[in-house]
Amino acid sequence: MNNKTLLSMYKKMQFFRIVEETIAARYHENKMRCPVHLAIGQEAISAAFSQVAQKGDYVMSSHRAHLHYLAKGGSLNSMISELYGKENGCSLGKGGSMHLIDLKVNFMGSTAIVGNTIPISAGIAMASKIKKEKSMTFVFFGDGAIEEGVFYETVNFAIVKELPIVFVCENNFYSVYSPLKPRQPKDRKIFKMVEAMGIKSFKADGNQIKKCYRTFSDAKKYVDSKKKPVFLEFETYRHLEHCGPNNDDNLNYRGSKEILRWKKKDPIINFEKELIKKKLLNKKKIYLEKNKIKKIVNTAFFKAEKSSFPNQKEAYRNLYA
Amino acid sequence: MPKISFVDAINLAISHSMRKDKKMICYGLGATDPKSIFGTTKFLEKDFGKKRIFDVPTSENALTGVSIGLALNGIRSVVSHQRLDFFLLAFDQLINSAAKWYYMFGAKKPVPITIRLIIGRGWGQGPTHSQSLQSIFAHIPGLKVVMPSSPQNAYYLLKDSIFDPNPVVFLEHRWLHNLKSNVSYKKSNKLSGSKVVKKGKDLTIITMSWAVHDVLDVSKRLNKEGIDIEVIDLSVIKPIFWKNIFASIKKTGRLLVIDTGAYTGSISSEIISEISINYSSRLKTPPIKIAMPDFPEPTSYGLTKNFYFDKLEIIKNIKKILKIKKTLQIEKNIKLPTHHDVPGEWFTGPF
Ligand SMILES: Cc1ncc(C[n+]2csc(CCOP(=O)(O)OP(=O)(O)O)c2C)c(N)n1
Ligand SMILES: [Mg+2]
Repeated sequence: MNNKTLLSMYKKMQFFRIVEETIAARYHENKMRCPVHLAIGQEAISAAFSQVAQKGDYVMSSHRAHLHYLAKGGSLNSMISELYGKENGCSLGKGGSMHLIDLKVNFMGSTAIVGNTIPISAGIAMASKIKKEKSMTFVFFGDGAIEEGVFYETVNFAIVKELPIVFVCENNFYSVYSPLKPRQPKDRKIFKMVEAMGIKSFKADGNQIKKCYRTFSDAKKYVDSKKKPVFLEFETYRHLEHCGPNNDDNLNYRGSKEILRWKKKDPIINFEKELIKKKLLNKKKIYLEKNKIKKIVNTAFFKAEKSSFPNQKEAYRNLYA
Repeated sequence: MPKISFVDAINLAISHSMRKDKKMICYGLGATDPKSIFGTTKFLEKDFGKKRIFDVPTSENALTGVSIGLALNGIRSVVSHQRLDFFLLAFDQLINSAAKWYYMFGAKKPVPITIRLIIGRGWGQGPTHSQSLQSIFAHIPGLKVVMPSSPQNAYYLLKDSIFDPNPVVFLEHRWLHNLKSNVSYKKSNKLSGSKVVKKGKDLTIITMSWAVHDVLDVSKRLNKEGIDIEVIDLSVIKPIFWKNIFASIKKTGRLLVIDTGAYTGSISSEIISEISINYSSRLKTPPIKIAMPDFPEPTSYGLTKNFYFDKLEIIKNIKKILKIKKTLQIEKNIKLPTHHDVPGEWFTGPF
């Protein structure tokens, strides 16, 4: 990893966090009227991914999709406008935060039903293979999606058909307020279980960006050379509530020690310290960088707010192609 | 009679049923989490223990099959889903097994299961968090489909559903959750619907779920203007209880059906078809149907503005069917909500 990569990963993480924090801060204005699932705390995975993904690669995601969309280069302005339900939103205001798309960068769509995009991604990968494209497909989902039958059906199919697909599981240990305990066996290693199906699997600390980067690079190399699918598991943690802009630590479904432990593993703070030590960053540079990002983000919000709602007639258009 | 919320009525119906049937269990995603499915399963863990109420993996299809197996082996269950849309993964178990089991094996084993599905609306719930699919369920022979509209009928309909020997899909509108009214804790009875909730002689309005409230409000106020409407709360969507409906049509000769589902192939279409077949000679004017557009619910606040019918739309159609031309008092005085996408100030999203 050269210094340039390290720095751009850092900047990506800051960008992601500032976007999500701005959504959280402004959600209370009651103008973004749709459910939002923020990924504050989980930035390292998407930032590392952004450095590895090639232009032609395809991406799909789930309800918590903002960072995957942005990591692939999805337009910030179109995403924020979509959250505001405006006519220039990436889904023309029809889909909201849970239905993002940017075909310019092959972000093929994110949906709100757990597990929904996993088989669709396999179809996209299969089409690339049929068309002899060089690209591969990355599909992001959570630990909850591992509990849906469609996950196993798709992994099985991808193995049998040797599809160029990377399954990316962001294990943040929770599905809404439910910890893993009532949902999956104690001490299960998700990646080990999936590996037993016959797919190459990797696991990494999802809060250590260099490890995430290496894992994505290894996965990419593997799919490129072996022409087979890969499964990745990243352990990570969301800082805010499952859905919405607030901290919900008062509900006590996550122990305070656990929360503290993970806050200490904040992917941005730790990496920042490292880059300061390496003299790649200093207080001033950080300040300037954050300011630059804030300007871009605030502009996106400003534009979104200024934009018009779609004409009401649009609700009754484009049902059929 | 205590005044309780719709959420509490659901909660008590489950609790009282679990007390009555000591083997009955209750599960669903979030059933024992701090929010306890919008409060509908609160205290149950404390009262009945972890063996009888528990949280589950995100595995809708499997867990529907499990409830069928439980039923076949003598255990009644209530399975809850925070959105109807999430349950769509379970159509195989619901339609191929639950709905047909009793019939298909020559009436050997009934399948008493209750599946609670919550219907979202507004605040950008959008295409996959707001679907009102009662007519799809009603289309499947062997299923019963229930849609309560008030704390009182939520309480007894849920109890009646739980003790019904058949699979029941119980559809709760999210916007009903905060409604409060007096509830008497009746014993469970045979599941039945089509209750006349307001008597009248000029026009029959048949409706369901959340829409009942707008219809009742408008109808009651129209009495002061000399318009006497009979309102029937369908409440059991399948099987439809026709007796009260037919009796009402014979009396009024006019029919307006107001449906929370999409226009085409809806329950309202079914009602109008049945009335046309059997009572067309009694109808003084053609029936009218108000239903949701044949489009997914868009997310944007701007796009949902006129997506749902409001009280003015209901009044417009009442006037049409009664051939009233003049502007009514109610049209001048009507107060529409400041925001069309929330049931009241209490709701600020996100879910
Ligand atoms: C089929 C289905 N079931 C339930 C839900 C409700 N739901 C929305 S997000 C979510 C959590 C899923 O957890 P996970 O996959 O770990 O993703 P995370 O939210 O942790 O990122 C659930 C259960 C849903 N959207 N779809
Ligand atoms: Mg999770």
